[in-house]
Amino acid sequence: MREAVSAEAVWVEPRQEVQPVRKARRFTANDLFLCGAGIIIFFIVACAAVPSWIAPYAPTEMLPGSILLKPSMEHLFGTDYFGRDIFSVMVHGSRDSLLIGFASVLVGGLLGGTIGAVSGYAGGWVDTVIMRLNDIWMTIPGILLALAIAGALGPSLFNIVLAVAVSAVPGYARVMRAQVMSIKNRTFVRASMSIGASPLRVFWRHVLPNSLSPLLVMATIGIGTSILTGSGLSFLGLGVLREIPDWGTLLSQGRGYLTVAWWICTFPGLAITAFVLSVNIIGDRLRDHFDPKKLTQR
Amino acid sequence: MAWIVAKRLGSSLLVIFGSLVLVFTILYVLPGDPTDTMIDPSVATPEVIANLRQQLGIDQPFHIQFLRYLMNMIQGDFGKSLINSDPVLPKILEHFPATLALTAASSFVSVVVGVVLGVLSAVHRNRAIDLIARLIGLFGISMPTFWSGILLILIFSITLGWFPAMGSDGWNTLVLPALALGTVGAGFIVRMVRNSMLEVISEQFIVTLRSKGLGEKAIMYRHALRNAMIPAVTMIGMLIGEMLAGTVVIETVFSRQGIGRIIADGIMAKDLPVVQGVILFSAVIYVVVNLLVDLSYSFIDPRVRRSA
Repeated sequence: MREAVSAEAVWVEPRQEVQPVRKARRFTANDLFLCGAGIIIFFIVACAAVPSWIAPYAPTEMLPGSILLKPSMEHLFGTDYFGRDIFSVMVHGSRDSLLIGFASVLVGGLLGGTIGAVSGYAGGWVDTVIMRLNDIWMTIPGILLALAIAGALGPSLFNIVLAVAVSAVPGYARVMRAQVMSIKNRTFVRASMSIGASPLRVFWRHVLPNSLSPLLVMATIGIGTSILTGSGLSFLGLGVLREIPDWGTLLSQGRGYLTVAWWICTFPGLAITAFVLSVNIIGDRLRDHFDPKKLTQR
Repeated sequence: MAWIVAKRLGSSLLVIFGSLVLVFTILYVLPGDPTDTMIDPSVATPEVIANLRQQLGIDQPFHIQFLRYLMNMIQGDFGKSLINSDPVLPKILEHFPATLALTAASSFVSVVVGVVLGVLSAVHRNRAIDLIARLIGLFGISMPTFWSGILLILIFSITLGWFPAMGSDGWNTLVLPALALGTVGAGFIVRMVRNSMLEVISEQFIVTLRSKGLGEKAIMYRHALRNAMIPAVTMIGMLIGEMLAGTVVIETVFSRQGIGRIIADGIMAKDLPVVQGVILFSAVIYVVVNLLVDLSYSFIDPRVRRSA
């Protein structure tokens, strides 16, 4: 029995480089997830882009006769205590929710990427100082930092984006620095320097383009994290108070009605989870693709 | 060994000092005046405000304010709440046990679920059990804790009535929040342990062990797992910090009286010393946990011990 098990295990475990010939790939569960993720993201982004095409009711329309109705064909996700159709509110609210996610990744990634690139490319004491500061930045848990900033600045969409972005900066900086440092010592970079290219040109033409992929992968996964942090801030009441609530705010408003109307909390949370899950699936696939060891691809 | 401990302790102190500077600077730079919190703007004459600013010492330049803050901190004085003048540190310490219990319980859930699923997933790669474990991991990192917490309340408190939906007295109030918060950590740990197990399994020494005729169970659990746990332990250290921060949301969902709740209320009330105090307190805990994690390597990994 013992031999049988270990023999089989040896057989299914050939190392990647032993098998250079690629067979036609079968459609695996991973591909199924990827397709599902793509469809969900497409749908939610469509909601954010053209909400009025998708939502059956206006988000602010209060139907006096239908307060706290259960989910039905007429009201897919039920109605709330104002008689608003939850599905329509969510479709319209997706815009703010996604905006927080994407914008904060853009701001945080640019800022963190720049810091990391400068630190890694300059090296020496500049690198030491920046990375020490970065370590310190990292000791303050992201959500606490975001909370403090959002709380101090007051509720506005821009402030939430800023708060979430700032809390994500050190992570991006670290990844970018590591990549820049490894690229900058590669032969082609040295070759370019040896024929007299200026450091700035070497950076723009060779180091930067070759350093971006880990940052992009991290930014993809960061969209999910940012949406979680952003909706957490909204949930705690630091979100933007607007006529059409984002998902976190809607969920927080539904908490008071938990015992009578489970659907008000359930569906916005489901939307957040579905979107973040999809982003993570795509991010994982991208990471596997760029991972030189291709560890998780099997 | 003693030298390593001393060196790490020194750099930890430096990091704590750094986070003190950072927190102070951020909250100093951000707009908003503490006096707005303390006096009703309709009755605030310029003289009243100036008087109060002088009392609080915030009319002084940055470096003087900071030095005073630092001196107070060193003496264990975290300042007083702007709302009710309660000293901040005793308040944090009073509420910390509830948060510590929650963090410990969630970490326990994360580590047990995460390591077990991660190992099963790697050992049975590409089988049904792997797929399920990976899905659980993905859901764990993708669900907002406030939502999973609310779902748990819906199912186990409102529908089934097994556990209370709120409060912080007794072990049974701990179950649902620990599950909600622990799921996140479990998600990260499953993925981490799976990856690092797979990496270790593909190494040459495993092939050697197999060719020696060692049983698969012994290879996996005695050799592969021990090697795979090194990166996983680092992550567990970082996760404990995240979990401590995650209590902000979970304590609000479950109406628990902990330090997460204090900071959430402090931010709502714009009570600056309270916010500063809790953030700094969390940073200290985070640094201490990571110091312990670093030192624990020498117990897990003999190579580290020998190199010392």
